[in-house]
Amino acid sequence: MTSPAIEDLLRTFAPQVLGVLVRRHGQFYACEDAVQEALLAAAVQWPAQGVPDHPRSWLVTVATRRLTDEWRSEHARREREVAVAVRQPAYAAVAPPADEEPPSGDDTLRLLFLCCHPALPVSGQVALTLRAVGGLSTAEIARAYLVPEATMSQRIRRAKQRIEAAGARFTLPSPADRDERLASVLRVLYLIFNEGYTASSGEALHRADLTADAIRLARELRRVLPDDGEVAGLLALMLLTDAHRAARTGPAGELVPLAEQDRSRWDRDAVAEGVALVTEALTWSAPGPYQVQAAIAAVHAEAPTAEDTDWRQIVALYRVLARVAPNPMVTLNQAVAVAMVDGPRAGLALLATLDADDRTAGHHRLAAVRAHLLDLAGDRAEARAAYLAAARATTSLPERRHLEVRAARLAGR
Amino acid sequence: MKYMLLIWNRPGFVEELSEAERTAIFGEVDEIMKELTESGELVGGEALAHPSQARTARPAAGGGAEITDGPFMESKEQFAGYLTVDCETLERAAEIAARWPDVRHGFGVLEVRAVMEQAGTEM
Repeated sequence: MTSPAIEDLLRTFAPQVLGVLVRRHGQFYACEDAVQEALLAAAVQWPAQGVPDHPRSWLVTVATRRLTDEWRSEHARREREVAVAVRQPAYAAVAPPADEEPPSGDDTLRLLFLCCHPALPVSGQVALTLRAVGGLSTAEIARAYLVPEATMSQRIRRAKQRIEAAGARFTLPSPADRDERLASVLRVLYLIFNEGYTASSGEALHRADLTADAIRLARELRRVLPDDGEVAGLLALMLLTDAHRAARTGPAGELVPLAEQDRSRWDRDAVAEGVALVTEALTWSAPGPYQVQAAIAAVHAEAPTAEDTDWRQIVALYRVLARVAPNPMVTLNQAVAVAMVDGPRAGLALLATLDADDRTAGHHRLAAVRAHLLDLAGDRAEARAAYLAAARATTSLPERRHLEVRAARLAGR
Repeated sequence: MKYMLLIWNRPGFVEELSEAERTAIFGEVDEIMKELTESGELVGGEALAHPSQARTARPAAGGGAEITDGPFMESKEQFAGYLTVDCETLERAAEIAARWPDVRHGFGVLEVRAVMEQAGTEM
């Protein structure tokens, strides 16, 4: 088996093995370390010696051995006595040999809820999700987020400490908390996706494929929660967005806006899967924000050219989105759609409502959208000033370059 | 989001401090560094040598470059080092800057600048 195939295998097994260990021993912190060590051992041994006949059992055995090695040290033993007394769930004592059980989707779900616990800062939720559920090594996560490995390692350790301090358990949240907790899981997966999606081509070579990891985790979540419309919506949104990958950057790594992309380069399979997912989900689920955003992406995806875009339908969908998830960023995108239907001045009027909002006033996206609409309205001087304001405010190099080019084009004409 | 905290201070101010003051200041720096390391926010940082050791390259009058001894700017405060942190908000980065001894004891200022990302969103 090739190394990439082994890597895929290990990432699939990571949450399953961790679930088995935590159910048996009830100590997330120590189990997570032990599983990580077992994954590293497998990554070294399997390519050379071949994949064992029962790879999941192999990982459970090695991780358990690491765990007991850890326990043997004097310091750890003292910790364990306290930890076991406090934390070990009663069912751990009566559970059947866990590595004989089929992989449990509930384990993945419990792990996701644990990693996206509200006691953690978002950066901690993201890092821990990638390691404990995504099966990535600390070094891979550090490379993906362009920080030293020591920094990422500490961030993960701190996140695990906070989970312990918060007294979080390896259980599903109560029905009262469930929606909110699931919302943070979805947000973390979407953040991981966006981090990978927005990486420019040059440096993407050196980064773990976070986009693929996020899609993989969203697929896994969908497998576990097939009846949740928002999970389907998030996966659809990711697929429909990722479908643009080949078309969204030019030969020199410059950003190509949606309207100017070569649509023949879109990934048709990803589009078809995303459209089918969201269309199906909307037939039985109340429309949540991810489903509506996916539906908007689907309308774009179904237009053979930018000119064929059904902007009326997009405006209608943004109205739904503004109702289910009111947010100034939604208004911002809505303004573009409104401009395409009722003219740029109508879009600009909608944007004017955002100037008083602290969340968007001075934000580069507001200036960028305003610049675009002023450009459409033929107001070149104002458009140029707005493009330059957006270029000064963004913290993204490709965006700054794109906005400066737009401004320069207006000056040149 | 990554931020660079640029430390500007008066060169040689440390020479004028007593042993105890110096120890106290380094202790404060150690404490902040320890906190940032433990929180997973510290990305890196360097202290720079005295500006008298600097060279400045600038465009020469007849084209090409000329290299001169000393720093770029003749100002009371000089660029002395930097710290890169990865934190949730600009406010958090500014709070770290405000606690730096140069600011607390009036030896200099810290400038907080967002680091540009290599990533961009579809526009």
